[in-house]
Amino acid sequence: MAAKESSLLKLVLTLTLVSLFAAAALASVYVITKEPIAQSSQKKKSNAIQAIIQSYNPETGHIQSETVNIEGEEEPVTVHIAYQDETVLGIAVETFTNKAFGGRFDIMVGFDVENDVVTGTEVLSHGETPGLGDKIDKKKSDFPTQFNGKNLAEMNLKVKKEGGEVDAITAATISSKAFCDALERGQKAYLLIKEKLNLNPEQAASEPNKNEEAAL
Amino acid sequence: MSKLSIVTKGFIKENPVLVLVLGTCPTLAVTTSVENGIGMGLATTFVLVLSNMFISLLRKITPNEVRIPIFIVVIATFVSIVDLLIQGFVPALAESLGLFIPLIVVNCIVLGRAEAFASKNGVFDSMLDGLGMGIGFTIALVIIGTVREILGSGAILGYEIPFMKGNEILIFVLAPGAFFVFGYVMALVRFLQKK
Repeated sequence: MAAKESSLLKLVLTLTLVSLFAAAALASVYVITKEPIAQSSQKKKSNAIQAIIQSYNPETGHIQSETVNIEGEEEPVTVHIAYQDETVLGIAVETFTNKAFGGRFDIMVGFDVENDVVTGTEVLSHGETPGLGDKIDKKKSDFPTQFNGKNLAEMNLKVKKEGGEVDAITAATISSKAFCDALERGQKAYLLIKEKLNLNPEQAASEPNKNEEAAL
Repeated sequence: MSKLSIVTKGFIKENPVLVLVLGTCPTLAVTTSVENGIGMGLATTFVLVLSNMFISLLRKITPNEVRIPIFIVVIATFVSIVDLLIQGFVPALAESLGLFIPLIVVNCIVLGRAEAFASKNGVFDSMLDGLGMGIGFTIALVIIGTVREILGSGAILGYEIPFMKGNEILIFVLAPGAFFVFGYVMALVRFLQKK
């Protein structure tokens, strides 16, 4: 590197040029990758729906997506309703939290419409610390499976340290609490969409022909 | 300096974590398991080789006074591009490495090597230096990760060790355990080097 003093103009010019070039490179890569990233996130979502609503068959059934506005919140929540003919197999709520250690994470929560219980959770995207907060993913720990089969309305969604029922991840209390926050949001959206669809437990549990009547 | 020694000096003699004490923040954070260590190590190696290459290419036109901002712009741009490309075209890799990539921007090994080596040496030598430093970083992460995973989780690479399972020492998964293991490994390396 040259030891001689550089003129101010040269400094400004070099830095501007490098930044401009960097911005241009970044912008073009963003444009190129935008479509594939959207596709892979779409694919991830449909895989997640299939994983948490196991009776759903993508070849014979269909998914209807809707957005739900929760009172007092700015961002709407997307809800995916899985159908087989006219029968609702389950509801997958694409919920999120802004209270995570890494800012925000998105999870998909499946609900069984008969019993109002959670059928499973899938992490869509997160920025939690590897080895600690990333245990919100069921591939990494048993933490998320503790909610399976539970009715969230009857559950005290607080970590045990704060008098709740949730077994927090060791050394990742913030992530655990954020997960509960996302579940709570998911539960609210689930109840709203259930009300909107006018589903009650008896209907969903009844014979197929009765269901057809309900659909008419 | 021979080409080979440019690469191998990063392994032990000038190991970025254990001897130069750079990049300790990601080291402490991700070494809870061997798998995380390997993931972080490989992602960093990849970025190091290419960021060293770019910095070295730009070294003739980089004015001394603004070199640090230029290094940072180059590194941050490069990491973001890698992040986008992996997300778009290799989603399977993004799933396992995606978490580590944003952490690389703040890894001072990358900036440290840009300043200490790539800004003064040729393109090929700089890439070799990046490779060696990346491998050295990976070695350090794997050593620390192995100790912490065995003692803290009773497993190695996710496979349970019969005797250790049930006798885990939780503190080794937590931050204080990271400091303990880091300190002991560093001391051991210093001891071996003095001999």
